[in-house]
Amino acid sequence: MNYSVIVDVTLRAGIADPEGATIERALPALGFTGISNVRAGKSFRLNVEAASAEEALSQATAIAQRLLSNPVMEDSVARLAGE
Amino acid sequence: MARIGVVVFPGSNCEYDAANAVSDVGATPVFIWHSESSLGEVDGVILPGGFAHGDYLRPGALARFSPVMDAVKNFAAEGGPVLGICNGFQVLTEAGLLPGALQKNRGLTFLCQPTTLVVAATSSVLTRNARLGQHLSVPINHFSGSYTCDDATYEQLVANDQIVLRYLDNPNGSRDDIAGVSNEAGNVVGLMPHPERAMSTLLGSADGRVLLGGFVGLSADALA
Repeated sequence: MNYSVIVDVTLRAGIADPEGATIERALPALGFTGISNVRAGKSFRLNVEAASAEEALSQATAIAQRLLSNPVMEDSVARLAGE
Repeated sequence: MARIGVVVFPGSNCEYDAANAVSDVGATPVFIWHSESSLGEVDGVILPGGFAHGDYLRPGALARFSPVMDAVKNFAAEGGPVLGICNGFQVLTEAGLLPGALQKNRGLTFLCQPTTLVVAATSSVLTRNARLGQHLSVPINHFSGSYTCDDATYEQLVANDQIVLRYLDNPNGSRDDIAGVSNEAGNVVGLMPHPERAMSTLLGSADGRVLLGGFVGLSADALA
């Protein structure tokens, strides 16, 4: 089976996120109030050939931890597209 | 005369500055292309600044897979002096040769300016000719230079004297003003500022000579 997997990478809690903070500060100028905790991150989409959804996710998780994110400062989560 | 390897990745752009600076302090620079699997006969290795592999994904993230990095790791494990400058520092952290990581500058601005560094440890191969507390004027030129690490790593850095250089006026939000760190043994050092661009008073500062002279193994007297 071919599974479409999305990997989200965000800065770990406690790591300063100047990009998210700058976006958050810009929102009131557009009339959006009450928005907080804006965090910037990256999203990767990959197709994984695997026997099961679990296997596809475990492969994508390994890729996320070893390459797509830097575990010193980033968290990563792999999920099936559409879920 | 010491032979110093200067690793060239696709996207490196400070390799000639580094090589000139190495010559300036009396050593012989040797360029090493990133696809080489051996460093050859060298007494030290510099990973220069630039944008290795386009800085795609994260600065240094892809450079750590260049074949030459296995040779750099082995050289470092045997106690060989390894220096990462700017992008080279980012490569060394991504490769796991140095603790911590470099994230985007506080304020999200690219910084290109002189900075004053304070020597915080003199046991490393980069600072062995410097004095504790000595001020050095060395420029920075980076977007992702804000040093970060978790609390456990930070406590280790302090306990082992691995914080090598601090900024006098923190320009980028680095934890504890950290500008450069070493590994536990002190033979692998990374810093965001560019000592190879501080080699002549005519061009603003010659303080980089203290650092690079020490790195190539000059005695402190030789530069005086």
